Amino acid sequence: MTEYNFAYLDEQTKRMIRRAILKGLAIPGYQVPFASREMPMPYGWGTGGVQVSAAVLTPKDTFKVIDQGADDTTNAVSIRTFFQRTAGVATTTATSDATVIQTRHRIPEERLHEGQILVYQVPIPEPLRFLEPRESETRKMHSLEEYGLMHVKLYEDISRHGHIATSYAYPVKVEGRYVMDPSPIPKFDNPKLGDMAAIQLFGAGREQRIYALPPYTQVVSLDFEDHPFEASKADHPCGMCGATDSYLDELIIDDAGGRMFVCSDTDYCEARQSAGHKGKDAA
Amino acid sequence: MYVAVKGGERAIENAHAWLAEERRGNTDVAELSIAQIREQLSLAVNRVMAEGSLYDPDLAALAIKQAQGDLIEAIFLIRAYRTTLPRFGASEPVDTGMMACDRRISATFKDLPGGQVLGPTFDYTHRLLDFKLAADGEVPKAPSRDAGTATVPHVTEFLNREGLIEEAPHDDTPPPDLTREPLEMPADRALRLQALTRADEGFTLGLAYSTQRGYGRNHAFVGELRIGSVPVEMDIPELGFAVEIGEVILTECETVNQFTGSKTEPPQFTRGYGLVFGQTERKAISMALVDRALRWEELGEDNVGAPAQDTEFVLYHADNIQATGFLEHIKLPHYVDFQSELELVRKLRREAGAQQVQEAAE
Repeated sequence: MTEYNFAYLDEQTKRMIRRAILKGLAIPGYQVPFASREMPMPYGWGTGGVQVSAAVLTPKDTFKVIDQGADDTTNAVSIRTFFQRTAGVATTTATSDATVIQTRHRIPEERLHEGQILVYQVPIPEPLRFLEPRESETRKMHSLEEYGLMHVKLYEDISRHGHIATSYAYPVKVEGRYVMDPSPIPKFDNPKLGDMAAIQLFGAGREQRIYALPPYTQVVSLDFEDHPFEASKADHPCGMCGATDSYLDELIIDDAGGRMFVCSDTDYCEARQSAGHKGKDAA
Repeated sequence: MYVAVKGGERAIENAHAWLAEERRGNTDVAELSIAQIREQLSLAVNRVMAEGSLYDPDLAALAIKQAQGDLIEAIFLIRAYRTTLPRFGASEPVDTGMMACDRRISATFKDLPGGQVLGPTFDYTHRLLDFKLAADGEVPKAPSRDAGTATVPHVTEFLNREGLIEEAPHDDTPPPDLTREPLEMPADRALRLQALTRADEGFTLGLAYSTQRGYGRNHAFVGELRIGSVPVEMDIPELGFAVEIGEVILTECETVNQFTGSKTEPPQFTRGYGLVFGQTERKAISMALVDRALRWEELGEDNVGAPAQDTEFVLYHADNIQATGFLEHIKLPHYVDFQSELELVRKLRREAGAQQVQEAAE
């Protein structure tokens, strides 16, 4: 593809996005408005992440894309192919080999290292949106650090259900200042957000927002002293690799509703299997 | 036995090959040409240009062909293309007073300078299926006369002479650019109009209709509706003056709205404005009604809580490319989020069940 610039976007647009990224890194957790472009894939399908990836990719990078933890789901394949065609970068499925990882709804199980960039696709960047639909109001609430409404919501959950009824996109507080939406990752992944060696960038294309976590940022999941945050997962080992520490997908395997649980992170699961680990459902 | 699902790449390729075949349809039937679409489906082409924000009938026709007639998909193709185009500069503001009108009607005055010109309109056609078209689409030549050289003055100017309509003061502030800056609130009128002109026709129509039925009611008269071509001029720095670079067809609608006065404004008529690429009058009229409804604050009217008065609601939901993308993304896998919800619901049910057992025992 020669008719488009490296990584599709023109250099001026990339510069505008990089400025937003730098501002985001300077104010961790703050949502920076940016002039999101129409991309050749639909809004809501990762255009924010794609624009951020396009702005940070260099020809020497190795790129990995996961959707729901897997490298081979259709949208991950589509985004990976897009950058293969428009940027010609090397791609990989191995978490540790990648320099830029674009993700939807998961953080890889393997610890990321310095020099890596994790790019999140974000549908609704505003953690207060479902409490207050008005952007003009929520921006005011952030600037005044007025997060009482969020705590009331979590408290109401506890009084009604005995638990905080948020299982994904669980809100966090960054460096004691901004309440941030970690994108719809399961809350199992929340503890990985803080103190991470890699740079974390969040792109919301339709909502025109970018935010960021520099390496080793303090990120705390919101909770109460008597109801501490709990990272939960299905209470099973992986049926394929036997891992007990990974987030699991539940599969229905027969008409009788038989189920099995497997790692949602396909690279993690495959690496364990080739190292000889075996779950109870493995052949 | 579960085998990890591989082959997404091949599935996508095959799906797209199938799509291309479906788009072409039965090959015994002649293929549509771009020129046929441009000439014979021109109102669809106009809509794609208007909501795609790119005036190019051939590209719009190509997009319609590629999108198999799905106009929102075609608009999407145009938007994704236009965003990659370099910007050479901005044109001078077009002067719709200089418009060579194909159609020009006023619902407020029976006759007026420039006259009432019906033009090519569906109005007053009886909506009876014309079975002749199924066999033979050739039509006799329509009668014609010389266009005349007189410019056609705007109706609202006549009202303005008597001071009966609010002033529309001249303003040379460059408008913000929705396609180059993020949409931020509060949005001034220039930005609102910019968002509305590329807004989804159906959404804009629905909102406009809601104001007519009483949700933020403000009765609108179509002061004037005009469709025609206007010259586009661009200032060329090397020359030091503006030169005409082409023509575009526009639809302009100016509404005249009842207004009994407010705390800040005297009784007078007020304005709503719509301007859209191509012959797109349903959209232009809708736009003018929604524009007027959104002006409640600057006119000192009450906010009655109507959807069409709510700038954030209107502007953040009017773009069909944003809306359709987000709506359709729920087709994407959500295994992970759903799994975490499953765990939560199971846990809550377990606890609720245990509580019931305990209550029964007591």
